[in-house]
Amino acid sequence: MSRLQVVSGKGGTGKTTVAAALALALATEGKRTLLVEVEGRQGIAQLFETEALPYEERKIAVAPGGGEVYALAIDPELALLDYLQMFYKMGGAGRALKKLGAIDFATTIAPGLRDVLLTGKACEAVRRKEKSGRFVYDYVVMDAPPTGRITRFLNVNDEVAGLARIGPIHNQAQAVMRVLKSAETAVHLVTLLEEMPVQETADGIAELRAARLPVGRIIVNMVRPEVLDGTDLELVRSVPRAAVAKSLSSAGLGGARRGGNAERLVDPLLAQADEYAERHALEHEQRAVLQELGLPVHELPLLAEGMDLAGLYELAGELREQGLS
Amino acid sequence: MSRPEAAQTHDAARQHPPHLSPTRVLDLDPLLDDPKTRIVVCCGSGGVGKTTTAAALGLRAAERGRKVVVLTIDPARRLAQSMGIDSLDNTPRRVKGVEGVGELHAMMLDMKRTFDEIVEAHADPERAAAILGNPFYQSLSAGFAGTQEYMAMEKLGQLRAKDEWDLIVVDTPPSRSALDFLDAPKRLGSFLDGKLIRVLLAPAKVGGRAGMKFLNVGMSMMTGALGKLLGGQLLKDVQTFVAAMDSMFGGFRTRADATYKLLQAPGTAFLVVAAPERDALREAAYFVERLAAEDMPLAGLVLNRVHGSGADRLSAERALAAAENLEEPRIVDQEGGKAGLRNSPDTYDSSESDASEAPAPDEGSPAVTDMERTAAKDEPQSVTPHLERSVDQLAASLLRLHAERMQLLSREQRTRDRFTALHPEVAVAEVAALPGDVHDLAGLRDIGNRLAANRPELPDPAVGA
Repeated sequence: MSRLQVVSGKGGTGKTTVAAALALALATEGKRTLLVEVEGRQGIAQLFETEALPYEERKIAVAPGGGEVYALAIDPELALLDYLQMFYKMGGAGRALKKLGAIDFATTIAPGLRDVLLTGKACEAVRRKEKSGRFVYDYVVMDAPPTGRITRFLNVNDEVAGLARIGPIHNQAQAVMRVLKSAETAVHLVTLLEEMPVQETADGIAELRAARLPVGRIIVNMVRPEVLDGTDLELVRSVPRAAVAKSLSSAGLGGARRGGNAERLVDPLLAQADEYAERHALEHEQRAVLQELGLPVHELPLLAEGMDLAGLYELAGELREQGLS
Repeated sequence: MSRPEAAQTHDAARQHPPHLSPTRVLDLDPLLDDPKTRIVVCCGSGGVGKTTTAAALGLRAAERGRKVVVLTIDPARRLAQSMGIDSLDNTPRRVKGVEGVGELHAMMLDMKRTFDEIVEAHADPERAAAILGNPFYQSLSAGFAGTQEYMAMEKLGQLRAKDEWDLIVVDTPPSRSALDFLDAPKRLGSFLDGKLIRVLLAPAKVGGRAGMKFLNVGMSMMTGALGKLLGGQLLKDVQTFVAAMDSMFGGFRTRADATYKLLQAPGTAFLVVAAPERDALREAAYFVERLAAEDMPLAGLVLNRVHGSGADRLSAERALAAAENLEEPRIVDQEGGKAGLRNSPDTYDSSESDASEAPAPDEGSPAVTDMERTAAKDEPQSVTPHLERSVDQLAASLLRLHAERMQLLSREQRTRDRFTALHPEVAVAEVAALPGDVHDLAGLRDIGNRLAANRPELPDPAVGA
């Protein structure tokens, strides 16, 4: 199992949720994981129902079996100052650079430096060891940028290493790329069973492969339960309306005759069944497309009550059962 | 085609308005029709249908007679194909198949091309060649953080300056903090005005400036530090780039300011796009606040993928209870008479909702008797016991499906209410969910109709409560 687990996916597919559930799942049996947020949205804090995370690694959850999940929201500006201090003892120069607007420049405008810092920080956490020689974190899970940007994000160090051909940035960039392109890393893509996210997943995988970044698994999120089975769907097309009305009436929903309450439910309920059938067929197609991509595919259920902390533990259990940890 | 109908829907909506809804309804047609509306900006977090909304609004405005251009940033392939713009050549192309006298043009932003064009337009050929060949420039223009946002706004400025279109509909980049496109011009401006530039230009310029001498030591230290950090070659590349671009900076700054002002102008309307999900609406609330803080004119919120139900008077709980009834054959068979007498006479209807409605003919008569009568008289042969069993199963499944729908509805309602409580001033247009994706102009047109139809097929909270 790779020690750096990168979770990407189209916007709206719930990649933050999946990343958090994965961090929980990987933290079982006394393991320690770090969940890293790079997009400054404080999505992790909201999921774990805690206050906004500062730029510091702090414990946010305990996993079943005594494991621990730490979280870190990386602030690029602080990461840069940190980095200058740590590697070059340039704390004072860092402050001077900040006054000049150089930090702002470096973290927002300069090509990719921001991404260099974010990936660099994550890789640093992966490699960090205790005095005993044991890794501080057994796993690092990154809630990464969306599919459309993931390859460029992870590959930024290649580009930077090409731009800065010598010097510490060059060396740092190369060190990061060594981690990212090795078996120590796996990039997972979260999708829904809808056309656009599936298409984007296929494109994303092709891009990652072209850049020789290690693709991990496909995680289909928010999979709706099967409510109508094949027999039901067949019957929906042929069933006499009166028969359905009678059945509803016998269940205590009112009169089955024309204008009766049960009878008036028939059309809307059948219309919902038609919609379901249409969606079901689309989902079936998309599932087939995903199977063609040659990667392990996992499915996580849609939580009827919406996403909350209990739901997160449920999804983590699901991931464990499916062998993701 | 459907224009007269659409207009009627509007009148109807105005005649029986808001007791149906606690929020203000966003009426999109008047916004699209108003000749004073020149720019519509669609913003929102990723995955909420922002690009589709922009395209559907563009098509609708065009079919209502305006000359429209839609600027998309990174459309899904199918959507681009549906407008016939799968070639990425950075210029607006006329979309075929638009009905009526209006015109729809569409384009996909090519970031690098846009940046190159600026350089070519503002530097002499020799200098332009130097800039375009600079490795630092090549990385910058290929779309690192901020460039896409800046170029989108630059393109918007260009399209507006051309004045060829009545209306420009802009999709915004899927930025990390979604409003980066607002910040990009300012950031670039402050960078260009900033001291950093002078530091970077230090070897060439610093010496001569009066009043800055005391800074010189600091500056050379700074270039030293930068050199140490970036590596000498990169620093040299950056310096060459900055020096080459120096003459263009004034232009950049002016344009960034102009674009920013354009966004604040009365002819601009921002639409925040969201889906009725917690994260998307949280992001939407943030947008609304940011736009207000920047004096950007917000027209309202487009809430995509809202679910409705034609049977919303039947609650999830009741539907589930009824489904269980149907799935427990022994209870129904053996105690059917009693259960029927107790449960069936239209309890939910009379107690919960439409008391105003005229009673149905069979109202009040025990439903089991009613059913037996129907079974005996109306279709004695067609409903065999076996079929009856599977119809019961089907009915139970239909009820479970309905329960799921009702749970979804109430979840969406709760999420939306949270937003409305925070921002009651924001008008909302709700768009009914579609089962599939959009593949062609007809699909976009359909979404346009839904956008303008004001709360289509939504539950009526006054009755449902």
